Amino acid sequence: MTNSSSNSDIIEAGLARRYRAEKRFRFYGIAAIAIAISFLAVMLIAIGVRGVSAFQQTNVLLTVKFDPQYIDDNDWQGIIKASMREQFPGVGGRRDKRKLYKLMSSGAGFDLQDIYKKDPSLLGQTRAYWLPASDDIDMLMKGAIDRNVVEDDRRVSDREIVWVDRWLADGVIELQFNTRFFTAGDSREPELAGVWGALVGSLLTLAICFALSFPLGIMTAVYLEEFAPKNRWTDLIEVNINNLAAVPSIVFGLLGLAVFLNFFMLPRSAPLVGGMVLALMTLPTIIIAARAALRAVPPSIREAAFGMGASQVQTVMHHVLPLAMPGMLTGTIIGMAQALGESAPLLMIGMVAFIVDIPGSLVDSATVLPVQIYLWADSPERAFSERTAAAIIVLVGFLILMNLVAVIMRRKFERRW
Amino acid sequence: MDLSIHTDVPATARVDSQTHSAPHKVTAQGVDVFYGDKQALKNISLDVPSNAVTALIGPSGCGKSTFLRCLNRMNDVVEGCRVEGLIQLDGEDIYARGVDVVHLRARVGMVFQKPNPFPKSIYDNVAYGPRIHGLAKTRPDMDEIVLTSLEKAGLLDEVRDRLEAPGTGLSGGQQQRLCIARAIAVEPEVILMDEPCSALDPIATAKIEELIDELKENYTIIMVTHSMQQAARVSQKTAFFHLGELVEQGDTTDIFTNPVDERTQAYVTGRIG
Repeated sequence: MTNSSSNSDIIEAGLARRYRAEKRFRFYGIAAIAIAISFLAVMLIAIGVRGVSAFQQTNVLLTVKFDPQYIDDNDWQGIIKASMREQFPGVGGRRDKRKLYKLMSSGAGFDLQDIYKKDPSLLGQTRAYWLPASDDIDMLMKGAIDRNVVEDDRRVSDREIVWVDRWLADGVIELQFNTRFFTAGDSREPELAGVWGALVGSLLTLAICFALSFPLGIMTAVYLEEFAPKNRWTDLIEVNINNLAAVPSIVFGLLGLAVFLNFFMLPRSAPLVGGMVLALMTLPTIIIAARAALRAVPPSIREAAFGMGASQVQTVMHHVLPLAMPGMLTGTIIGMAQALGESAPLLMIGMVAFIVDIPGSLVDSATVLPVQIYLWADSPERAFSERTAAAIIVLVGFLILMNLVAVIMRRKFERRW
Repeated sequence: MDLSIHTDVPATARVDSQTHSAPHKVTAQGVDVFYGDKQALKNISLDVPSNAVTALIGPSGCGKSTFLRCLNRMNDVVEGCRVEGLIQLDGEDIYARGVDVVHLRARVGMVFQKPNPFPKSIYDNVAYGPRIHGLAKTRPDMDEIVLTSLEKAGLLDEVRDRLEAPGTGLSGGQQQRLCIARAIAVEPEVILMDEPCSALDPIATAKIEELIDELKENYTIIMVTHSMQQAARVSQKTAFFHLGELVEQGDTTDIFTNPVDERTQAYVTGRIG
């Protein structure tokens, strides 16, 4: 058969080309992944390098006397000032003294007040405490303010540098772990600002968002997929749900403002309203993912249950829903991650306000992590830029934690069939 | 076509007749089934004797599975499916108003073509039916039901020490016997089998056939099969479907050795199909 041998020749001649094409295709795939990973790495490293310094804060070991004279006046910063005058006796003149006082954070006095409240027996005694330095000194210590720049272009004057150097020589100034960053709310002073308020706000908002969107989304998906008749109305609903998923998030914010705040008179800036708005935004994502998960359950399982005489609700609850749960959870976690990173709709309902207190309930004023990042990024103080990056690290860490929970939940629900 | 219609017989006479000859457990009269505009079954009338195996044979797409699924109203869940005509179980119209599908399916169990155990443990697979129907009051009662069902399905010896293992981890033949155990756990009167061996190897098939033969002592079995040898081996009655029509029905031996209709003859001798 000459014909078949010539066919074989043709095939063989083309083989090399086919393998080349295959190799090329694989290379494209690997290159795409490598580029994506390198982008991610650049982003994470950039944020990490900028933000990691915010996890440390310059503290000064200050010897203070709980002088009744100041305590009676409630002038806690006065104690700090007195201590500073004692340490640097040569400093005279109002301007120099003010400069000297500004070495320490305005929050140092509040720290003393807290210490005294816990232990009033300190009255009249002299003790040494690590107290926060001001943000400019903090920046100087971290090298963010360059000593070699001309004095006029520098936020820290030569005199201040001399004082700091004396502290350095005495070993009473050092970078310590910044607990305050993880326990405090927002502040106008960078060295006093923390993410805890925003983190709690985010948690409360997400809790509301989850509590509303998960059951609503799952029920909607189950009804539409398992119970609803297939007709023009359900088609219309489906199209609308798909469209809702593509609506810009700020529109949901406007809706929240108009309906929840203006019509229902719910409190402004509250996690309750924030969660409700984010739930509206998350619902379509969850519904679409849940319906896909339900559709992926093999029909043989439904038939088996129906064949056993299970009612429709029993079939769904006992068999279909458990099998669809991992997929539903994936959709939910994608929706929640979206909600966690969302700031635009929350700006509309007033969660952008400057809030110092840690929210204690769902109706307290609060802000959320992305909005806090936005606020800090907008602040002029040099020290806020590292805090912005640090807050992003916290946000990303929170996200990773959420995804981890989702993976664990998936594992728990996942079953073979 | 020889159609014996037993519904006209008075109830007392019917009970009476049970002691003498095999009564008809399921009867279908003039059943038409439509999927949307398409007619899948045309005027099917069939009597199924109790405590016997009735085989439904015919080429692919002839409607035998559709007919089987009418008998426990599995077609109810199929979008656009319409069933007309009369189907009776023990003389009661199963499509009548007020007939509860859940109850009907507890009386008419089903085993599917592809083994479809639930992704649960072997125990839970068998216990599922009794559990949803509330047949076992206590845990020992349930254990009893599960063990006897597995025993009847000839699976107990193979799984006795791993009842908590997933049912999906069994081999294909074992899975199908698990499905049979699951079906008989609720003590149905009729078991419908839709090509129960088509996904199995010959040895597993032989085991299932043996099992079917034993089960007919207590249950009425209606099975769809593609294999004429299987129909000949295990069934007492055979009905031949072709293009949505019931061509011929009767004793299995008659159908295979002495078919009346040409088409039946052509099919059983392998000329069409």
